[in-house]
Amino acid sequence: MTQAVLEDAPVVKPRRSRLTGGRALYIYTWVIMAWLILPVLFMIAFGFNDTPGRYNQTWEGFTFKWYGRVFDLDELTKALVVSLGVAVVSSFVAGALGTGIGYALGRFRFRGSGTLNLIMFATISSPELVMGTSLLTLFVSVGAGLGVVTITIAHIMFSISFVAIVVRARVLTLDRSIEEAAADLGANAWTTFWRITFPIILPAVGAGMMLAFALSLDDFVVTNFTAGTTTTFPLWIWGATRVGLPPQVNVMGTLIFMAGVLLAVASSIRSRPRKRS
Amino acid sequence: MSWSRRVLAPYLLVLPGGLWLLLFFVIPMVTMLSLSLQQGDIVNGYVFTGHWQTYVDAISNYRVQLVRSLIYGAITTILLIVIAFPVAYWIAFYGGRRKPTYLFLLLLPFFVSFVLRTISWRQILTDDGILLGSLKQIHLLPDNFHILGTPAAVIGGLVYNFLPFMVLPVYVALERIDPRVVEAARDLYSNPAAAFTKVILPLALPGVFAGVLMTFVPASSDYVNSAVLGSPETTMIGQVIQSQFLVSSNYPMASALSFTLMAVLLFGVFSYARVLGTEDVMKVAAR
Repeated sequence: MTQAVLEDAPVVKPRRSRLTGGRALYIYTWVIMAWLILPVLFMIAFGFNDTPGRYNQTWEGFTFKWYGRVFDLDELTKALVVSLGVAVVSSFVAGALGTGIGYALGRFRFRGSGTLNLIMFATISSPELVMGTSLLTLFVSVGAGLGVVTITIAHIMFSISFVAIVVRARVLTLDRSIEEAAADLGANAWTTFWRITFPIILPAVGAGMMLAFALSLDDFVVTNFTAGTTTTFPLWIWGATRVGLPPQVNVMGTLIFMAGVLLAVASSIRSRPRKRS
Repeated sequence: MSWSRRVLAPYLLVLPGGLWLLLFFVIPMVTMLSLSLQQGDIVNGYVFTGHWQTYVDAISNYRVQLVRSLIYGAITTILLIVIAFPVAYWIAFYGGRRKPTYLFLLLLPFFVSFVLRTISWRQILTDDGILLGSLKQIHLLPDNFHILGTPAAVIGGLVYNFLPFMVLPVYVALERIDPRVVEAARDLYSNPAAAFTKVILPLALPGVFAGVLMTFVPASSDYVNSAVLGSPETTMIGQVIQSQFLVSSNYPMASALSFTLMAVLLFGVFSYARVLGTEDVMKVAAR
C-alpha cells in the first residue's frame, strides 16, 4: 500500500494565496501525525524498560537486557515463527493465484468476469469477523482440524483480491504494442509473456505479495477463528493481555517495525532514479 | 496462439484463484447461513430445521450490543471524516514535493501489529500509567479520573486504528483536483469559502464515500478495541459473536448473529449509497 502511494503522487504546487488554511492546517497535520505515532514510541521506549517482570507499565529505568533475552519466551518465539511462516506461504500462493486473476481481468474480456469482480469486492468489503466466523463454520462442518493449515487457507483467501487488484491496475496501463512487437519478431504467446509481459508487471506482483505478507502477519480477527489451539504473534499478544505483556513483545514489535520501515524506505529509494529518467 | 487457447486463456488463469474464493469465501457464507437455521449441539451434530427462532432470539437477546456497535461505528466514521479531511487536504494542496513522505509518515504506525498498537494505548491510558499517572501527580486531573472502560476510550481506539483508511481515499480524491479549477473559481470572484464548498467539497465526496465504506463496516464489527479499551458497559456485537463461537460454542446462535450483523451493515451501506447516488458506489466498486 505504501509503495503504491509513494509512486502515485504527482507534484502539484498551487499558488498558496488562492487556497485557504496553510499555517493552521500544517500544525494540525503534525499534531495528528504525533498522535498516530505515540503508541509506537511508547512500545519502543518500554522495550528498554528495566521492569522486573511482566508488569510493564511504569518506567523503572533504562536497560538493553530485553534485547538480549528477546527469544527467552519459547511460546512467543514459536508464535512469531508460525506467523512468519504463514505470511511467507500465503504471500507466495496468494501472489500466484491473484496474479492469474489480475492479469486475466486486465487483459481479456470473458464471461463471468463481472461475477468475479463482485466476489473480489465482497471479500475486501466484508467484515473480517464474518469471514472468520463463516470459515470456522465450514471447517467445523467438514470436520477439518484447525491449525496452521486452516490459518494459511484463510490468509490466502483474503489476500488474493488485494494482489489481483494491484496487478490488474498495472496490466491495464501496459503498452500492448511492446507485446505485439515481440509477436511480430516471432515470439509465441508463452515466450512473450515470460520475456516481455511478466518482467513489466513484476513490480506490481511484488507489491501485491508484500501487501499480502503484511496483511497476513498482522491479521488477528480471521486468525482468531481459524487457529484452533495454534498461536500466531497477534494471537499470543491477545492472550497475554490478561496476565500482563512481557517486554519481549515490545522488543519484537520494535524489530518488526524497524524491518518494515527499512524495507519500505529501501524500495522507495530503489524506485526513485527510474522515475526521474 | 490457436483460437481455442486464446479463448481458454482467461479461464485457465482465473480458475485456481476463483476456485479458492469459491471454496473459502462463497461456500463458507452459505454454510454459515445454513448453520444459523439448524438445531442441535456440537457433540450430537446439527440438523437443518429452518429454525428462524434463532434469529428472533439473537436479536432480542443482543439488541443492546448490536445497536451500540452501530452507534459507535457511526460516531467513529463521523469523527474520522472531521479529523481526516483537513489532514488529507493539507497534504494534497500544501504537501508539495514532500507528499510521499507525509503519506509514509501517516502509514508508519501500521508497521506495528493492530493488536499491539491497541494494547499500547491501554498501557498509555491506564489509570496510574505514564500519562494519567503523571497528570494526576501534578494535580491536573482529579485522582478518580479514568478513561479506560469508557465509550470515549473505545471510540478513540477505533478512530485511531481506522484513520488512514479515511485519509487515503480522501487524499486521492483531493489530489485529482486540478488546482486550476480552484483558481478558476477564484477568478470568477468566489471567496475561499465558496470555492471550498462549491468546488473542492463536491469533487472530494467520492473519496469521502470510499472512506466511509472502508471504515464504517470494520469499525462497527470490531471487537479488539472494545475488549482491550472498554468495559462490560461498552461490549460490542463483535465480542458477543466471538464468545458465542469460541467460548459457548453455540454455533447456530453465533451464525445467526454474524449474519444479522452483516445484513444490517450491508443495509446501512446500501441506504447510504442510495442517498449519494449509485454512480459513486460503482466507481468505488470498480476501483
